[in-house]
Amino acid sequence: MAEWSGLHSSTSRHTMDKSITLPPDEIFRNLENAKRFAIDIGGSLTKLAYYSTVQHKVAKVRSFDHATKTEMVDELYEISVQEEVTARLHFIKFENAYIETCLDFVRDHLVNTDTKVIKATGGGAHKFKELIERKLGLRVDKEDEMTCLIKGCNFVLRNIPHEAFVYAKHADSEFRFQTTQPDIFPYLLVNIGSGVSIVKVESEDKFERIGGSSIGGGTFWGLGALLTKTKRFDELLQLASKGQHTSVDMLVKDIYGGSYGSLGLTGDLIASSFGKSATADKGFPKEDMAKSLLHMISNDIGQLACLYAKLHNLSRVYFGGFFIRGHPVTMHTITYSINFFTKGEVQALFLRHEGYLGAIGAFLKGAEEDNPNQYSWGENYAGSSGLMSVSPDMNPMQRARSGTFDMLEMDRLERKLVNLPLLQDASSYIPDTVDLAEDALAREYWLYCFEEALDGVVKRALASQPDMPEAAERAEKFRQKYRHKLQTLRHQPFAYGSLTVRSLLDTREHCLNEFNFPDPYSKIKQRENDMALKYYQKVVKSLEELSWEERQFALIRGVLAGNVFDWGAKAVSDVLESEPEFGFEQAKRKLEGIPSISLLCGPPHKCALFFVDNSGLDIILGVMPFVRELLSRGTEVVLASNSAPALNDVTNGELQILTESIAAMDPVIQAGLREDRLTLVQSGSSSPCLDLSRLDKVLAMVVRERKTDLVIIEGMGRAIHTNYYAMLSCESLKMAVIKNSWLADRLGGKLFSVVFKYEVPAAGHDSEALTPP
Amino acid sequence: MAFKGHQREDENIDEELTPTKQPRNEPDNEAAAPAGRDASERRSSNSTPRHRSDSVKKTRPPFPWFGMDIGGTLVKLVYFEPKDITAEEEQEEVENLKSIRRYLTSNTAYGKTGIRDVHLELQDLTLCGRTGNLHFIRFPTHDLPAFLQMGRNKHFSSLHTTLCATGGGAYKFESDFRTMADLQLHKLDELDCLIRGVLYIDSVVSSGPSECYYFENPTDPDRCIQKPYTLENPYPLLLVNIGSGVSILAVYSETNYKRVTGTSLGGGTFLGLCCLLTGCSTFEEALEMASQGESTRVDKLVRDIYGGNYERFGLPGWAVASSFGNMMSKDKRESVSKEDLARATLVTITNNIGSITRMCALNENIERVVFVGNFLRVNTLSMKLLAYAMDYWSKGQLKALFLQHEGYFGAVGALLELLHPA
Repeated sequence: MAEWSGLHSSTSRHTMDKSITLPPDEIFRNLENAKRFAIDIGGSLTKLAYYSTVQHKVAKVRSFDHATKTEMVDELYEISVQEEVTARLHFIKFENAYIETCLDFVRDHLVNTDTKVIKATGGGAHKFKELIERKLGLRVDKEDEMTCLIKGCNFVLRNIPHEAFVYAKHADSEFRFQTTQPDIFPYLLVNIGSGVSIVKVESEDKFERIGGSSIGGGTFWGLGALLTKTKRFDELLQLASKGQHTSVDMLVKDIYGGSYGSLGLTGDLIASSFGKSATADKGFPKEDMAKSLLHMISNDIGQLACLYAKLHNLSRVYFGGFFIRGHPVTMHTITYSINFFTKGEVQALFLRHEGYLGAIGAFLKGAEEDNPNQYSWGENYAGSSGLMSVSPDMNPMQRARSGTFDMLEMDRLERKLVNLPLLQDASSYIPDTVDLAEDALAREYWLYCFEEALDGVVKRALASQPDMPEAAERAEKFRQKYRHKLQTLRHQPFAYGSLTVRSLLDTREHCLNEFNFPDPYSKIKQRENDMALKYYQKVVKSLEELSWEERQFALIRGVLAGNVFDWGAKAVSDVLESEPEFGFEQAKRKLEGIPSISLLCGPPHKCALFFVDNSGLDIILGVMPFVRELLSRGTEVVLASNSAPALNDVTNGELQILTESIAAMDPVIQAGLREDRLTLVQSGSSSPCLDLSRLDKVLAMVVRERKTDLVIIEGMGRAIHTNYYAMLSCESLKMAVIKNSWLADRLGGKLFSVVFKYEVPAAGHDSEALTPP
Repeated sequence: MAFKGHQREDENIDEELTPTKQPRNEPDNEAAAPAGRDASERRSSNSTPRHRSDSVKKTRPPFPWFGMDIGGTLVKLVYFEPKDITAEEEQEEVENLKSIRRYLTSNTAYGKTGIRDVHLELQDLTLCGRTGNLHFIRFPTHDLPAFLQMGRNKHFSSLHTTLCATGGGAYKFESDFRTMADLQLHKLDELDCLIRGVLYIDSVVSSGPSECYYFENPTDPDRCIQKPYTLENPYPLLLVNIGSGVSILAVYSETNYKRVTGTSLGGGTFLGLCCLLTGCSTFEEALEMASQGESTRVDKLVRDIYGGNYERFGLPGWAVASSFGNMMSKDKRESVSKEDLARATLVTITNNIGSITRMCALNENIERVVFVGNFLRVNTLSMKLLAYAMDYWSKGQLKALFLQHEGYFGAVGALLELLHPA
């Protein structure tokens, strides 16, 4: 969230007016490369959308050309930071009062654009048409409101995990986010603007307004203004949240003296809205009337929505429109109504980015020739404000709404992301093990943990760019940004969907990238990789000297020992920092209990998919010998690694070079590569964790083609913080070393305990081991 | 029935029983009645199938025969006045009973708020082997204490009659009946009574000008006229009872029905909001204002937003997009009249009931809808709106039907329970 008067105190509030200067780095970013504008002007808020290209620093690794190499170089590969251009969607929401200032700002900062047209939607588009055309010199091209809304809705549902949520006022966490469904259709969208539209959406291009009601937000506002002499919608809601409706409404108990038992109607149900106001001899407090009105309208809309959902046999019902937008009060009353009328069969769903749907849709209409739907997009946590950033009642830290900007940024991902075909039930898959929003203790701990680690991350980021003098300034900006995000999450754990260790890690990666620290660990990874490679042959040799049984045990031990080497875990980075000699053998000794079962005793698997973790000792001395064993047994191996850097995790680029280098030493690996039995694929992820529902399409294809029958997931991030409970349709092994004493405590083990979870679907054999404390 | 005197211990009943000669505020009574109606003729032609054998006589309860429906806003009372009293009976009849009969039948208004709907009276009706007239009386629920006081003054409890009562008030006020008037209520479920009452009244008037009617050409205001409707083979039927709140029932036979849903936006909401918005105090006043107002000044129509029809979704320009939507604007709030507000309230509530009803009809797959309840009393405006809404939005699939005795069916059902316990 950005406020245009910055983070100054409220004393500056009175100075805010329409002529205030907007800080160019915080709002309307990347305007110099912006093209394709769209605008959605509602009754009180304007949403501006544009597409821009963002210059990004990315870390690349390149193998030294050994043929032309004249002098001895220690390193296996060189690291370079290159400029890359990525695509980003920007959405900014602000009050209509500032539209002129904003348009001026956009015009002044627009550099090279060949855009001639701005797509416009929303009820206010007509009113501001002339202003927009004059200010921006673009032709306003109006798009149908409902079409834009639906297009936007499809887009966010498809691209933003945890977009939809259930609202539960009295639960531990008020927002319960829903996992993205593989198929988002069909659904019902109930848009509560001044009236209500009920739209059935069956596919990307097929939707129908199946009904509606004239009793909507405008009724609440208009009737509320008449009854209470309160002019503003937000104030009316404030009144309503303080009122008691029972003095105004006629309840079942007012008629029956109690409940109407035979129909199951409890005494507190409203029998007649405003039913008592005809016979009252005195007036009512404004609050009470507002509350009664809110109940009346919410119940009515909820009831109609249920009737339509039932008639069309739909169970997914999303609510949006200004009546809902950012207002816990209305989300609560609508939820209540839906629960009442469907007896819990239908859940009222709300959307985190509901306010942007029209703008997103209008933008997509204008960008049809680029076919944006062929890509996957991801929410950029660094550049997005988060849910409720501008809601005064949810967020007392922030000022009242006016003068506040809410932003959403979405990055175009390089690849289309899909489900892992081996998920047992994609629709119920939840990547994250612990929802920190619902676990206050865990939330406290991890927020503290990430805050503590921040100095180290800043230091590392700086160290990765020793030749760049302005790096210090960027590093400091990164520190501030991420700290601010952590603070926001402390108060609003729901800001970016479910709060998880993964989301905390991903947010940090997004912030690092934002300030051009694409790979703070590149040098460390390089050093460790070089070092580990020197030991590869020795490790392989000693393994080959063991008996079969011993070797199986040693291989598992090796993978786990390798996994100890993780700069992402504080307990380990402390050790690594202070004891550089801490070696592979020592790591093996540190491990707490290694299971003595072998999963390689049966007939060989057809193909194993291995999600790898860290670079250095982990991948080279732990994973590769294991891969070698699999290949030797005739099992094909697919190694899935990150597409882009995250912590010290090995990237696909690095792994290509490492594997070639190992192949040069090891005929088994070489043969595997040559015969295409060992394949390296990108996971599509750039997170230390793993979301099996958002993987590179190519990976999914390879997995399917090779008839993969074993999945191995390695490391804390991928096998504990995420996927611990993931159910796969084939044999799976999740293994990791607990390198965090708090987590070890929580799981009932010691630091460096081993998690080794081998599962066979349905057939029954299931061994699960957090080895004994 | 002297509601003004409920605080007094005055034993001189007759002084209190100063009837008002005419019911107040019933301007539309005649308008709501079908043309050419002749009540007595209708009744006599229909009495034959209702004759009872002698065995009935033995189980026949003693007079007086009442049925009562105590709702959230109104108490509805039906009273059977026997016209075939023999000289012998006349002599036997106790003074208290006689006094009640005379009081009820010789007046059309009771106290300040009690009213007998004379136009609804069913004459020469045979019930349990007795012939007489059925009277329909109503008064506000908040005047129930006065009613109880009168019952006490008239020593009603000495008659040893069972008072069959339905509606929520039968439960809520049960102890008041006992303590204030020494009366024991026989409590009955309101929906059971409602259905029983509807089916009975419809059956006893089926051969004359109809109890049931509809509006022909509902979508054309100039040609929209009330027409009788024969409710033969009534099932399945959607019964919408609009009292203070609304209940919607799917009826498959006299005993097989279910409450589909209900809404709290009913007659009580219309009156309550009108009182708050316009300062009026009675239903009749509110309706009178509504009849003179213009809702389009208050509501935001589709054409106010789109300049005309919203073609993309087949929404006509005249359709209301947002009820009270124009009232978001300060200027418009200042320019509307009380009459406009009353009209908009009426239209909003009525259309909403229509909309929910239509969805229920679709979900339950029922094409015939009967609207009853006192919200429709002298409220041709709402009836025509409902008729229009049913017809227009269902493209002619749904038919809205209305009944002359709109609000009294629960009370009739209660009376029937007294005579023929189910």
